[in-house]
Amino acid sequence: MTAVTVDTPTPGKAARIDVRRMLRYGGLAGLTLVFVAANGMLETFNNRLLIRPILSLGYLLVLAIPFVMGYIVGRRVEVEGIETEPRTAADVVMAIVSGLVAGLIAALFAALVDAFPGLRGTFPRLSPLMVQLLTFDFGVGAGFVVLPGIAAVVGAVGVSVHWLSEGLRKALGVGALTTVIAAIFESVVKDVFDWFSALPRFLYAPAGSLKVVSAIVVFVVAAAASLFLRGRKVPGLGGLTSRDAGERRRSSLIAAAVILVVTIVLPMLLGGVLNELLTNVGLFMLMGLGLNIVVGYAGLLDLGYVAFFAVGAYTMALLTSPLSSLPFQLNWWQAFPIVLIMAALAGLFIGTPVIRMRGDYLAIVTLGFGEIIRYLFLSDWLSPYFGGAQGVRRIPGIPFAGDEIGGSDITTFVYFTLFFVAIAAYVSWRLQDSRIGRAWAAIREDEDIAEAVGVDTVQAKLLAFVTGAVLASFAGALFAAKVGTVFAHSFEIIVSIIILVVVIVGGMGNIAGVAVGALVLIGVLGGPNQPGLLQEFGEYKLLVYGALLVFMMLQKPEGLLPSARRARELHQEEYLQDAWLDKEGRFVGSEQEA
Amino acid sequence: MPLLEIRNLKKSFGGVQAIGGVDLTVEKGEIVSIIGPNGAGKTSLFNVISGIFPPDEGEIIFNGVNIAGHSPSEITKAGIARTFQNVRLFPNLTVLENVKVGQHCRTHRGIWSTIFQTKAYREEERQIEEKAKEILSFFGTRLVGYRFEQPAFVLSYANRRRLEIARAMATEPTLLLLDEPTAGMNPRESAELTELIGKLRSDKGFTVLMIEHDMRVVGEVSDRVIVLDHGVKIAEGSYQEVSTNEDVIEAYLGRPAEQRRSTTEEQKA
Repeated sequence: MTAVTVDTPTPGKAARIDVRRMLRYGGLAGLTLVFVAANGMLETFNNRLLIRPILSLGYLLVLAIPFVMGYIVGRRVEVEGIETEPRTAADVVMAIVSGLVAGLIAALFAALVDAFPGLRGTFPRLSPLMVQLLTFDFGVGAGFVVLPGIAAVVGAVGVSVHWLSEGLRKALGVGALTTVIAAIFESVVKDVFDWFSALPRFLYAPAGSLKVVSAIVVFVVAAAASLFLRGRKVPGLGGLTSRDAGERRRSSLIAAAVILVVTIVLPMLLGGVLNELLTNVGLFMLMGLGLNIVVGYAGLLDLGYVAFFAVGAYTMALLTSPLSSLPFQLNWWQAFPIVLIMAALAGLFIGTPVIRMRGDYLAIVTLGFGEIIRYLFLSDWLSPYFGGAQGVRRIPGIPFAGDEIGGSDITTFVYFTLFFVAIAAYVSWRLQDSRIGRAWAAIREDEDIAEAVGVDTVQAKLLAFVTGAVLASFAGALFAAKVGTVFAHSFEIIVSIIILVVVIVGGMGNIAGVAVGALVLIGVLGGPNQPGLLQEFGEYKLLVYGALLVFMMLQKPEGLLPSARRARELHQEEYLQDAWLDKEGRFVGSEQEA
Repeated sequence: MPLLEIRNLKKSFGGVQAIGGVDLTVEKGEIVSIIGPNGAGKTSLFNVISGIFPPDEGEIIFNGVNIAGHSPSEITKAGIARTFQNVRLFPNLTVLENVKVGQHCRTHRGIWSTIFQTKAYREEERQIEEKAKEILSFFGTRLVGYRFEQPAFVLSYANRRRLEIARAMATEPTLLLLDEPTAGMNPRESAELTELIGKLRSDKGFTVLMIEHDMRVVGEVSDRVIVLDHGVKIAEGSYQEVSTNEDVIEAYLGRPAEQRRSTTEEQKA
């Protein structure tokens, strides 16, 4: 490396303290703290205890901010072949000073709010309780000492993470994440282990949330498991993200079998509230899978996808409700094929005019069509048919075994939802690597060239639209039977956006990714109108969604569980380096390129 | 009847006439080269034949049918396949998938047989796979084995060109349009590809119409050479005839100095 004469930082220079960097990250962290406190997140999230009695969701957030700040302050840009500056005490000093800056800003904010109670008239979230929470109950004056102190210490902890070996760092991360998940999934664990109540009784305090002891146990066990599994392949499931097609396929099959068993058993164990949540997750999985065909496979950005959900729900409502304008009345099963046909027609109807557009234009036009459909259902003009703002009411449930299964029999209803999710997943899986799937992939890659090598792009794109529409109408038909009332308010544009976020965060083009996306977003954070496991997120849901989306785009644009193609696409450079090596790291490019 | 007959073909972009009334014919089993200086309208001609742009005027009769103005996928289906001057593969699809996409217009299984995995579907997929591998083996060992599963973007430049030809072959064309197949290749690769172009006709029975700048390649494989300049055909004939044609030399090199002087004097007089 001596030959490299690029401004290689020498160890002597490394001890430099970068004042601008300190102030910048300290300031950013301080402003983030102020933001979180001022918009009421701290106060609202404080109601959710994660570990009784020491840690609430609100304080987790407050402590996470200086921690992340410290971590970022100590981060180095690592370039292969160039020695990275060694870490010295200067890094710790920088993190501490940044923490002090952040703490001071937050304390100043608390003092300001305290000094001007009149501000509350304009900003109702600036409550005395918030000030109390932000200053850790020490009062405004002491806050000037306590807040910078805590922020500095946490910042120092954040920066010190860099000294740990990668395995240890990962183990601690896994431990912390598992503990938080154990706390969030409290109600799920309690329901699932109803037959073995010793476990929930050990984990959770009688008044709810993790006990301190059990939190430590969970943390240690998870971290130890991570250390133990490091470098070893989890048999069967290790190949899910593999680049090797065969291995990926085998792992997917095993995963599918596991998921199938879990899906059959889980609803039996869960109570009503959680089955309701699972049903919502299922409905969004259905729509996510449908949109995944349009956006993930064929690359057509459809921002009005909720329209097909609406068409499915309204068609089902009109055909089955005794209050509908139709002279006849069908049951759910009789109406279902008609719903699919109507959705397919809607796919053709919306698809045909927009199919010649591309990229941004397509997105804008579909956005418009989505709204048009909603306004049609809402309009006074069509209200004799669709009921206007009142919607269509008294939709019966799904007739099954002499009963009508609707939203009130949610434990049975959830099976119908999961059944259709399974169908949608199966259809997606079969189409993915088929002749049609390849044509879609080709269109996504380069539409002109796809056309030039003989793919009838208009036909293939319409087929993607129609398939996506039909899958969304599954969700619509189930939704109508579940809620019993269908009205236009349920089909606002935000639903389209959230389905898209589910697909993007989960992993575009990948079935398992979409399922994971729906579980994380709808299950934990909550859907557009339904609370998730973290009910406190309710009013901050869109903020969190947005933040999550930005974070994903920057850090992991291919999603939580990416498809092989997209992972390749977004990490071309790494792949090009690895292309010389086979799976075990041996050199394979043995033949000379002519 | 010639395989391809172009009559009085014209195409302008705005005020620029890219093709100004070209007539040409290609007989079945021929290898015809189109040469000409930069901006002569060679690639525009290919774009019009393959349907990427509709012609302003003129007829393109392929196998007795006028295909002018049809969509690229219809023209591909009719039996004309092409490659591009600046290689355009599907970079994130694997080598094998790239060739499989090429077979799209020759296969038929639709959405129902795919979902229900009918016997006919599985049989067709097997044939597609087999055929894709067979086509790739045409290029020796360069695109086979572990290459099948590699994404196209990891391939070397020459291999990308080969893969593009393979993808065109997969559409089962009768006429293959190759747009500068050896551009950017070193002499050894060019020589190898020249041999392959010969084999495209002798082994696979394709008729080839190609644009080429490398005169060694042109001279070696072409039955006939057509020279374009400023969107019109200025010469046609064997490589020997064309390479000694004065108009052609003038189009490439300009006029000799004394001749230019004499013309100016003539004009004065």
